[in-house]
This record gives sequence, C-alpha cells and structure tokens, in this order.
Amino acid sequence: MKKKVRILWLGLITCNGNTHSFLNYTHLEQFFNDFEFIYHPIIDSEYSLEDIISQDVACDILLIEGAIADDFIKADVLGIDIIKKYSNIVSKIVTVGTCATFGGIFKESHYKNVSGLHFREEKRTEKYNHLFEKTISISGCPIHPETLVSTLYAIKKGLDLKLDSYLRPKEYFAYTVHNGCTRNEYFEYKVDHHHFGELEGCMFYDHGCQGPLTHGSCNKILWNEINSKTRAGLPCMGCTEPSFPKQNLFSTKKNMGIPEFLPVGVNKRVYLTLAGITKAFKIDRLQKKLFDD
Amino acid sequence: MTDKKQQKKEQIMLASLGLFASKGFYNTTIPDIALSLKMSVGNMYNYFKSKDLLAKEIIKFVSSYFGKKIRAINEENISTKEKTRKIVEIYFQTAIVKPEMLDYFLRIYLSTREVFKDGCEGMICVNDFVTEIMIYFEEGVKCGDLRDQDFFNAFGLFMGYLGGMVFLQGENVLPKKLNEYVDDVSDNIYKALSA
Repeated sequence: MKKKVRILWLGLITCNGNTHSFLNYTHLEQFFNDFEFIYHPIIDSEYSLEDIISQDVACDILLIEGAIADDFIKADVLGIDIIKKYSNIVSKIVTVGTCATFGGIFKESHYKNVSGLHFREEKRTEKYNHLFEKTISISGCPIHPETLVSTLYAIKKGLDLKLDSYLRPKEYFAYTVHNGCTRNEYFEYKVDHHHFGELEGCMFYDHGCQGPLTHGSCNKILWNEINSKTRAGLPCMGCTEPSFPKQNLFSTKKNMGIPEFLPVGVNKRVYLTLAGITKAFKIDRLQKKLFDD
Repeated sequence: MTDKKQQKKEQIMLASLGLFASKGFYNTTIPDIALSLKMSVGNMYNYFKSKDLLAKEIIKFVSSYFGKKIRAINEENISTKEKTRKIVEIYFQTAIVKPEMLDYFLRIYLSTREVFKDGCEGMICVNDFVTEIMIYFEEGVKCGDLRDQDFFNAFGLFMGYLGGMVFLQGENVLPKKLNEYVDDVSDNIYKALSA
C-alpha cells in the first residue's frame, strides 16, 4: 500500500469557510488516495484534536485555517502552541485562506495581536520568521479548492514552486482576476451599465469590482469548473489581497469620478489617457443586452 | 519622426495659429500658410496632408502645451489652493502672451465641430490637458481640499469660467487687465470647489 501524505488541518479563528470550499473539490476520491488527514475539523480522521494536542503525531504538512492570535484557545491550549509543536514536525506549512495569511476579517476581532502567520495585511510580522522558509500561502476568502489541492500535490512531488512576496504560488497568483474575465470588452470601452446578476457591463467603474487589482485565478480556473463571481454578475471583492475586506464592496470608491484604486501596475496618467480615449467611443453593441428578447 | 521634421511641423502649426487668429480658420488656406513660411505648397503636404489634419494636430499641440504646464504644477508639493492659483495664472498668462493658442481653442476647436468630428471624438485630442485637470481634481479630493462631485460639474465650472474671462478679454470688454483677475478668479474657483 503506498504511503499517503499526512496532513494536519488546524482551524484557529475561522468561520470554516475554507473547509467548506475544500469539500467542493471535484476529485476528492483521487485526493484521498494520495493524502490523509491525521486530523480535520469536520472530516473523519485517525486522531481526535485531543490526541493531536497530547501526542506528537507524525505528519508531513500543517494546514492552518483562520487568523492567529496570542490568546486564542483551542481545546484548552493556546492555538499558537499547537502551531509551535507541529511546525517542528512537518516539512511544510500552508496557510489556508486570507485570515491565516493576512489576518482577514478576524483581525478586527477582540483577540490579542491577531494576524496571519507571517503578515498582518501587507506588513510582515516577525514572530514566526523561523517558519518563513517552509510556508506557502494560499489566500482567498475562501480558498479556491483547486489551488489548494494542486499546491498540495506540488509539495507531494517536491516541485520547486515559485512564490510571490506573500509566499503565494505564482502559478495561481501571478495573474489578476481580470485575466480571463468575460467582461473585458466592457472594461476596455468603459461600459458599466451593470445590474447585479446580469451578463452585460464591466463592474469596475461603478460596482466595486476589484478584479483588475486582485491576484488570483478565479477567471482562469473556474469555481466548481463552471463559474466565477464576475461571470455570474457579482463584483470581485478582492478576497485574496492583504487589504481584504475593504468597505462598501458593491460600489467603486472614486474621487471626482476617478477610481481611487487602479488596475495593478497602471500609472494614473496612463490610465486616464487611455480612459479618455476609450470613453470617446460609443459602441452600440456594448450598450445593448447580449440576448434581446 | 525625426527631430528636424517635428520641429518643422511645430513651426507650421505656430504659423497657422497666427494666421487662423488674424484671418479666421476658413479664410486661411494651405497656400497662405506655405507662403508665410516661404515654403512650397507641395512641401507643406509632406507635413500635413490636409487642412483638417493640420487642425487636429494643432489642437493636440495646444492641449499638450497646457498639459505639460499643468503637470508641472500637479507635481509641485503645494496645496490645492496654490495649485488652483497657478493654473489660473498659466491660463491667463498664455492668453496674454500667446493669445492665438486660446483663440484657437475657444473660437475654432469648440465652435467648428464639423472639422473635428472624425478623429477628435470626445476628449481624444485634448487628452493631455484634460488628464492633468483630472489629476488636479482627484488629488484635491483625496487630500480633503476639494469636494467630491461629478467630474464634469467641476470641470465646467473651472474651464467655463476661465474660457469666459479670456473671451471677454478678447472682446476688449474687461475694465482691468486679465492678469489682475488672477487672485479673485482663483479664489472664486477654489471656494466653489472646496470641501
């Protein structure tokens, strides 16, 4: 019988959203042929959380879901003590989700010094510096199951994953959510005219879409192999970014008509010059419904 | 394009601006422009294939002139109030020193739309200038000096006011010299736009 990769899925300050997202992975049977959870919050596993805490259970990868705080207690022990113990046992640590990576929404909670494992928003925290080299971040609220599982397979195969400055695999995070968005034509010609849930219009200009400034593969690797937020008619909320969640996610923050946050790497003058040119064109086709009744 | 060719094009545009201001746009012909520069008409067409194309290049040239001036102001580390005054000053100063530039913008570009309808749609040919005005507004709002509002509302107030004053000066109806209005006009604009 082949040896499976042993994973500890540790949930700290979390809503368990990443756990639920993981359950949507479409090839779980195959996954469980290659991996096993020594402990998982909702999937049957060999050990209980009490066993994990009281023993030193052999393990290959530690997955951390949820934000980390100095005083957060899990099964009567400090969560950070569980991290300390198992980070010495495993060869890799993966922060699963935006809370475990950057602090996410739970950085607003009452716990002490809430952050991700290595970052509080964009700022690097120093506490777990010694674990930096063995950590990979999969941000997202929730994580894309394909991204997590493919990363785990890459670890299993010993591949040398190229990571960005937040330790996210470039394979999935070098792109923006704008890449592959089916509304790009509306973006190019600055046509919003969007109504939530409809197919037409770009949501960047008025409806808060952060696709052009958010790193992720949502429009390249579709969710449930079917869809993405922007394809379904909902703005990208920037859930993979350190700053998530911003406020007023359904409207674009503008100053005198100019979006405050521009597409990644685009200079303001260049953006305004291009916008001024494209705005001059009125493309009738893009003003109409795609499917006229 | 070589520097030499660009320099010649600019020379032609400057000569054209002068002739358009003195004789009017429709009364000025390509041979008139060529004659004023002691060029052959045939050679003129090496630089501009038609008067309409020349007209479009000139408005881009004027826009670029103002764009560069306002960009320099935008990049200064000064308050929005001071920027407002400097923009008004530049605009009025140009009206005094290079009246043909603003004359072209106000009397030809804005009122001869049939010439500009193909190739200068919307703000395309005045993009350099409008972009810098947008940046002035946006940064003013961001730092809390200006009130957030519809861009065109603010743009119309600012440029309409300046254009109106320059027009009145061109008609010789202003009781004072244009540069004597800089303080009051910039103060009025800033008060109207401020948060």
